[in-house]
Amino acid sequence: MTDQARRLRVGGRIDRTKPLKMRFDRRTLHAWQGDTLASAMLANGETVVGRSFKYHRPRGIFGIGVEEPNALVCLRSGARSEPNSRATVVEAYEGLEAVGQNGFPSVRFDLGAVNQLLSPFLLAGFYYKTFIGPFRGTRFWMFFEHFIRNAAGMGRAVKLADPDTYEKVNAHCDVLVVGGGPAGLAATLAAVRTGANVMLVEQDFVLGGSLLLNPAGGPADDWVDAVKDELDRNGNVTVLTRTTAFGVYEQNVLGLVERVWDHVAVPPEAQPRQRYWLVRAKQVIIATGTIEQPLVFAGNDRPGVMLASAVRGYLNRYAVLAGKSVVVATNNDSAWATACDLASAGARVTLVDARSRVAEDLIVPAKARSIEIILDARVIHASGSSKVRSVEIASLDKVGQIRPGGKRTLQCDLLAVSSGWSSVLHLWSQRFGKPVFDPVTQSFVPGTSNGAMVRCVGSVMGCGSLDTVISQGFKEGVAAARAGGKSAPAGQPPHIGFAPFADNWSRNPHAVQSSGMKKMPGKAFVDLQHDVTVDDIDLAYREGYDSIEHLKRYTTTGMATDQGKTSNLNALARMADLKNTEIPEVGTTTFRPPFTPISIGALVGRECDLHLRPIRRSVLHQHHLAAGARMTEAGLWMRPWFYPEHAEELRQACARESQHVRNHVGIIDVSTLGKIAIQGPDSTEFLNRIYVNNWTKLAIGRLRYGVMLREDGFVMDDGTTARIGEHEYFMTTTTANAASVLAFMEHLLQCAWGDMRVHLTSVTDQWATIAVAGPNARQLLQSVVSVDLSSQALPSTHFVYAQLSGTKIRIHRMSYSGELAYEVYIPSCYAPAAWEILLEAGRPLDLKPYGTEAMGALRIEKGHVAGSEIDGRTTLKDLALEGFASARKPFVGSVLRNRSLLDDPARPSIVGLEIEGDVGTSAGALLYPVQGPTKGRDDGHVTSTTWSPALRKHVALALLSRGNERLGESVRCVDFVGKMTLSATVVSHHFFDPEGVRQNA
Amino acid sequence: MLRIDCPVCGLRDETEFTYGGDATVVRPNMSEADLEPWLSYVFLRNNPRGAHKEYWHHVQGCRQWLIVQRDTLTHVIGDCVLSGDAPRNGPAHET
Repeated sequence: MTDQARRLRVGGRIDRTKPLKMRFDRRTLHAWQGDTLASAMLANGETVVGRSFKYHRPRGIFGIGVEEPNALVCLRSGARSEPNSRATVVEAYEGLEAVGQNGFPSVRFDLGAVNQLLSPFLLAGFYYKTFIGPFRGTRFWMFFEHFIRNAAGMGRAVKLADPDTYEKVNAHCDVLVVGGGPAGLAATLAAVRTGANVMLVEQDFVLGGSLLLNPAGGPADDWVDAVKDELDRNGNVTVLTRTTAFGVYEQNVLGLVERVWDHVAVPPEAQPRQRYWLVRAKQVIIATGTIEQPLVFAGNDRPGVMLASAVRGYLNRYAVLAGKSVVVATNNDSAWATACDLASAGARVTLVDARSRVAEDLIVPAKARSIEIILDARVIHASGSSKVRSVEIASLDKVGQIRPGGKRTLQCDLLAVSSGWSSVLHLWSQRFGKPVFDPVTQSFVPGTSNGAMVRCVGSVMGCGSLDTVISQGFKEGVAAARAGGKSAPAGQPPHIGFAPFADNWSRNPHAVQSSGMKKMPGKAFVDLQHDVTVDDIDLAYREGYDSIEHLKRYTTTGMATDQGKTSNLNALARMADLKNTEIPEVGTTTFRPPFTPISIGALVGRECDLHLRPIRRSVLHQHHLAAGARMTEAGLWMRPWFYPEHAEELRQACARESQHVRNHVGIIDVSTLGKIAIQGPDSTEFLNRIYVNNWTKLAIGRLRYGVMLREDGFVMDDGTTARIGEHEYFMTTTTANAASVLAFMEHLLQCAWGDMRVHLTSVTDQWATIAVAGPNARQLLQSVVSVDLSSQALPSTHFVYAQLSGTKIRIHRMSYSGELAYEVYIPSCYAPAAWEILLEAGRPLDLKPYGTEAMGALRIEKGHVAGSEIDGRTTLKDLALEGFASARKPFVGSVLRNRSLLDDPARPSIVGLEIEGDVGTSAGALLYPVQGPTKGRDDGHVTSTTWSPALRKHVALALLSRGNERLGESVRCVDFVGKMTLSATVVSHHFFDPEGVRQNA
Repeated sequence: MLRIDCPVCGLRDETEFTYGGDATVVRPNMSEADLEPWLSYVFLRNNPRGAHKEYWHHVQGCRQWLIVQRDTLTHVIGDCVLSGDAPRNGPAHET
């Protein structure tokens, strides 16, 4: 394909029988199977692929893998748009679409580049400095935020729902190996041979790691193929390519994301795009290798400045010659291999090494390829606008001054740079903290793993040559398997049969240097992705932000989506220079998961939409739906909210339903109440301790309302408890607190009262509960059961057993609505039949179901407290429940509820409010006196509101400071959200039938 | 993620448990009427660096409250016992 101007005719690990057509910024890219988006861009001569974060400077491809800071593109379109995708790791596929980011109208020609003129103002600490001081902060920021956020930035997320699915997998293994390079492959093979169950994780779509930088078809590929063959023949290994180990957590739990179908436009039917693995590994081997670090000099962000290893990788893996006239600038051996390979491929190469002396075995092959070698020189400036055109090199003295006559300009179309290699110790550091500095390799390496089953192998440990990498990986692979009790013989690692030229990158006598120059002749970038320059670091130092943690936050270096993979070390080096100290003295920041950005979708898996959390449905759920109920969520439960008739709205339906209960009879499904069976000889004493009131004299067949406190003396929950037998009680809790009350009681029994003979069982799901309320409730129930329900036979707070159509049920006489009412307890599976029997029997009585809204209205009219009042901040006294508390026995919270501050009469306490007007206030409205400003400290707040059909007015429950002294007083209810102020009269919270005549009828 | 070796259910993920706080505090007897012991029990906590004993409730499993030895520095989980089996609650080490 002639369009691929920079593609070589032969070589590379690409499949030239499979052409692909892709689009970048509406231009066609021709590629081969095996390419990445970045290699295709380079092959097709795309030089400017992005615009920088702050200054909108043109940026080209810089790296070859996850370290890429520049080539961020928006992949795909519409709902599948994926902003900030690194082109270097996006696998090429037919029909791939990508657009450049942060450029308008395009990254090639970007009007935002005007920001470069503003650059003197966009220094480190820009936000801090701009928005404090003369402009007094907030309002100024509010005005400019929109413009600033639009101008600066990365890609934009779409607001459309992701059409793809994701899934989660839990897995276990003996040994998990992260990294499929030479060390990881050797370790995997060794562990597999020793008999361990192994998982190998590689983020690339092929195995090989750094070996892929070598020319295709050589001994490196043979070695990888031999290892792969052996692994393929073995059953106890899972090889996951396209998979990133993004986090290592305690006890060797690892999070992986497998990009299952990211390498196609649309995943096949019913297949997940990505898969989140949660792996519990007995042993972990980290073989994550190293990332090459760039040199820092003026103009080092020009398109055409690339990492030397990336240039070599594009050449050998993808057969792309990124430049024809190349300057290779380095301070270590590894870039010499790049220079030699480029020269062999026909490029004109000049090699600039900062060292004044290098080994003869580097010089001989370089000279043989006609490479011009310039020692003791560094690049100080790269020129060119959308593409590097020339570089200035100079020889510097010890204090960073240019030696007289030491300056020279070289023409080039590509500048390959290397300042050494930095270990990918992210995963190790996530678990074990600060790494140690290895002076030999001039990089941070993992320290001790504290006896945890984590081993680091290969170049991440600073292993130099390929031979040592492989042998160390193999040795640790055996050791990991042996530590897990596996003992099969492992034999010897497969022989690789070649020593790559200049692969010993640790042979690097020069310390990492920020450039050596005190003052840069132009913008010299430390962090390419966040546009942080050497000047920014210098400024931070001058302003006192010289601790590494401050430096990072002040300049934002290392805080972009690449998390400083190519910038952290250079920032440290510059700061070390400024402080006249060594890199380890400056320290490192903490590595945190994820290693590379991962999609939220993968973590969510299938737990979205309906499956976000479990939905609990009453056994009567279908009956409610059939009756046309509008349902509402109550915690995890779905409950009938109201049963609209003739297209009623909530308010009308609620008023009608509650009125119907007051005048006739209604039924409501209250199966969601928490139900706990309490059994054992000490049950009575247990209740005495749990509840504030006394339980000693409760007879079998009776029930009682109870209130319980937390340990700190505040009200926790309320409910009724029935005495079923001598040693057996049946407790109900509110729907919301069912789980926490049970856990709390279990805690007390197991952790504090181990001598009590009490057993707790949740029976919420075993019993359904139907409340029957209204003047005709007795008549209704009596028509379906034969047991005598008369007031003499079954007074309030008593229960009886009955037979309903052959099923034993329990009828509790108790009222929440204030009407004559019963709670009918039915074994769950019979509840639907019971519901139908009741509805049928209720027909002549005009029985109607009512929902939670009407239930709430009825209880507000009665002044019963519920979750809005028992909000964790209210005491018995606040809620006028103090009368229940026994003075003759201790109970949970009995001492701490008497703290003197809780006795303060100014504390808000429960009152009723009669609201003036016909709109009603809303829960959460704040209360203020009639006179005075409605700001600052309020007098209390509204907790529950309703229209009361019985009183024909809007009423509310509220917590009001000195409430019970203020009956009859007027207050203002201020709803700051709805922006509404209403007047209200303070009254007793027992609005309706305070004597309880109706419920005791 | 932590993994906790429940004496009843075996090695399980942290997500099956809920955290129950410091297990070294001792609840006063019910007959205790003074404020101080209760204030101390409810509100005062050491924040040790290193070995610590904590309550964990195996709420998605056997519903037992466990006393779990955890190193607050390294997250290493040590002994896990049923709280009912613990001889006597007390500090994991002298602080």
